[in-house]
Amino acid sequence: MRFRAKIVDLACLNHFSRVINTISKLAKTCILRLTVSKLYFILSDKVANGGVSMWCELCQGNFFDEFQMEGVAAEHNEIYLELVPENLSRALKTAQSAKAVKMKLTNKHCPCLRVAVELPSLSSSSRIVTHDIPVGVIPRRLWNDFREPSVPDFDVSIYLPVLKTMKSVVERMKNLSNSIVIEANLSGEMNLKIETDLVSVTTHFKDLGNPPWASEDGCQSSDQGRDLESMAEARIDIKKLQQLLAGQQVNPTKALCNIVSKRIVHFILLHEDVSLQYFIPALA
Amino acid sequence: QAAASGEPYVLAASLDNARHLSSLLRAVHLQDHATCFATANGLRVTVDHAKCIQANAFIQAEIFQEFAVQEESVTFRINLSVLLDCLTIFGTSSLPGTSTALRMCYRGYGYPLMLFLEEGGVVTVCKINTQEPDELLDFDFCSTKVVNKIILQSEGLREAFAELDMTSEVLQITMSPDKPYFRLSTFGNAGSAHLDYPRDSDLMEAFHCNQTQTNRYKISLLKPSTKALALSCKVSIRTDAQGFLSLQYMIRNEDGQICFVEYYCCPDEDVNEAEL
Repeated sequence: MRFRAKIVDLACLNHFSRVINTISKLAKTCILRLTVSKLYFILSDKVANGGVSMWCELCQGNFFDEFQMEGVAAEHNEIYLELVPENLSRALKTAQSAKAVKMKLTNKHCPCLRVAVELPSLSSSSRIVTHDIPVGVIPRRLWNDFREPSVPDFDVSIYLPVLKTMKSVVERMKNLSNSIVIEANLSGEMNLKIETDLVSVTTHFKDLGNPPWASEDGCQSSDQGRDLESMAEARIDIKKLQQLLAGQQVNPTKALCNIVSKRIVHFILLHEDVSLQYFIPALA
Repeated sequence: QAAASGEPYVLAASLDNARHLSSLLRAVHLQDHATCFATANGLRVTVDHAKCIQANAFIQAEIFQEFAVQEESVTFRINLSVLLDCLTIFGTSSLPGTSTALRMCYRGYGYPLMLFLEEGGVVTVCKINTQEPDELLDFDFCSTKVVNKIILQSEGLREAFAELDMTSEVLQITMSPDKPYFRLSTFGNAGSAHLDYPRDSDLMEAFHCNQTQTNRYKISLLKPSTKALALSCKVSIRTDAQGFLSLQYMIRNEDGQICFVEYYCCPDEDVNEAEL
């Protein structure tokens, strides 16, 4: 099992740092899955996470200038590591003006992801700052726990409103209530609602648009007969939603959510070279 | 309890820029509960705290695009933190040129306060429960009982208040027809600090001190007044024979309209008794 990678381009480095920052805000611990062409940051829906799950996918070619990986075995050419993304985020903070960042999987005393940041210096020899981030190697028999989640059989799919507005509203609502109801219909309308003994607040978004989903087996097209006005809704933990929105440092090119009434809300945030899926289950 | 005119709301108001209201309310946010008092002249929001300090915000009817009160006066108690979160639902900092429009409606005793806020085509509707109004503190402070009065330009006091030594339990205010004229003192862990303002200072707009008075006020109670000071252009500082303090802040909003915030504070009795 080997892994070696290098980023030299400063823009790619900053972009990668931003992605890691976002991930570190969403998960204390997560799985990093490495394949020949992609990196995945995965959080599976354990009770410890409050049932949320995350699937973030990056094409390594868009970030790394060099990328070499050898998996556990020839027919399973992948590596699964458990790590604390905040550690990686902190290591990359020192790389804001770096000449290069090298990453390597090592196993001196215990498995680590070694991040070596080469900093510019006035003398001819560079300064190198090295961070050893402890990782856990996930054995092959457990890989099935971390499969890509399938898109749920949703009742409504809708584009999210401008994230800045949604973030402000959710932040204020978080002061007033622990849970929030997201409801939306196929006419591009979404409402965010909180209700307590003291106060009830509803924010109405209109003209959001509903994404067209190409149905493979025609099951989604059955909603053509559905009432366009009727709302699908789910009550979710407001902190989880606020964390998701607060972690977005750059506006995504596409942002949408799929609501399975009273079950789960599936958020999809797409950037040019990163896709992030986040599942927040409905509260009992 | 329908109003005589048949209009369902005893209080209905519209404001193009909700910040004209939220910034003033933040300046009186001493604790969670506030009493709202509306008449045809406008809205007064009062917050009492610790039985010895009171903050009042006055937003006169002319500030609103519409302000209609169906009875002689309308009074209710409301959670000010909740009200502020609702008024600022779209965020506190705003791009220049954008503002949140507000419509406020109240049906009367027992009904919630309804807020309709709109920014950029997005509408938020809030329903905030109201409570029975409490009895408010009465400082019995009126202009005829004023012993000392000065009016200062706020910029002169802003830094002083922002940097008050909070390890001091009290803020001591000395006002006198003689030196030091106007002095703010603190007695903290690192020692005492005195800040003097001479009567002929550029910042001094009016100086009417008849008697030398030195009074101490609990600093933790007065510190929140810094918010009102930050918004204001002028402040009047008055004391009466018992040492009760009145701070009146003149605030000019984004549209150049004038509003007032007033603080009343009792002198710190513990200290005065100890001196006896």
